[in-house]
Amino acid sequence: MSILHTISKSPFQNQSLSSCVAHASSGDAILMIEDAVYGAVSGTAAAAQLAEGENISIYALGPDLSARGLGEAKLAEGINIVDYDGFVELAVEYDKTQSWL
Amino acid sequence: MNDMPEDGGGVVKKFLYVNRKAPYGTIYAQESLEVVLIGAAFEQDVSLAFLDDGVFQLVKGQNTDDIGVKNFSPTYRALGDFEVTKLFVEKESLAERGLTEDDLMEIMYEDEDDDWEEKPSITFVNKSELAAIMADQDVILSF
Amino acid sequence: MAYELDGATIEADEEGYITDLGAWTPELAGLIAKDENIEMDDERWEVVNFLRDYYEEYQIAPAVRVLIKAVKKSMGKEKGNNKYLYTLFPYGPAKQACKIAGLPKPTGCV
Repeated sequence: MSILHTISKSPFQNQSLSSCVAHASSGDAILMIEDAVYGAVSGTAAAAQLAEGENISIYALGPDLSARGLGEAKLAEGINIVDYDGFVELAVEYDKTQSWL
Repeated sequence: MNDMPEDGGGVVKKFLYVNRKAPYGTIYAQESLEVVLIGAAFEQDVSLAFLDDGVFQLVKGQNTDDIGVKNFSPTYRALGDFEVTKLFVEKESLAERGLTEDDLMEIMYEDEDDDWEEKPSITFVNKSELAAIMADQDVILSF
Repeated sequence: MAYELDGATIEADEEGYITDLGAWTPELAGLIAKDENIEMDDERWEVVNFLRDYYEEYQIAPAVRVLIKAVKKSMGKEKGNNKYLYTLFPYGPAKQACKIAGLPKPTGCV
């Protein structure tokens, strides 16, 4: 059963993101919200980790990116931006949600 | 959640409580334990996972006398009485923290279906086994 | 609220659970029981003592079925049931007996 993993803390602050990537299975999705969106920036260790996941879709929440001055040009390849409606759609699409605190 | 059990109903869901925080620096660990105990009354299929700093919750010999907070670690040993008998501890998280299986409390339960024989509640799993356990759940609650 | 015993004041919350677990004495138990209209006897003491021992060991009040099992063990099959416990403590074995035993109000049980 598929999982939508959400991460809300900066990957520079704790290891939720790396732990999440390590426990995500093929067919899952990872959505970065709040300070976790700093992990979407290209060239960061976090973005590199995210890219290692096989068959795992990666999303970042647009409003949180904008709030932090992170334009699309700054993001690593393969990261999809969603708005709040997109967040809801993801929550519906996947069987369950796991939030990595 | 429209197929939650009605009063006395039959649908049993698989609940996994994911514990990733050390016990006393934040309230997460204690809150998680409290929710598990309250949730036990609903007779669902409950498992607990301990990974990352969550493995510190199960370390034996905790003594909080001098920090002015309750030592809730003995309560993990009562989980079996509440029919919570599946505790999964991640091996990699232990190793990264310089811990071995012997550093953890012994947590047992009495198996009703096996003449009340005492059995260990803790199962040590690796990362990929834990990922599979997560995938297998109906509901995941994170602490 | 608070209990007055031999000139000392023992603090309790609004429902009558004492706030300092260390302040408990058997005399106080008798006083709390009286407040609950319960006359302590050997059977009730057995339950209260079991609760205190269990709390000492696990830092939590036992689930009711654990209590029932323990009662069954020490007092026999005919007493190891919910009904018997309710005759001893009409307002709920966990809730009322825990109060008399000086334990915190149990979370999520009767």
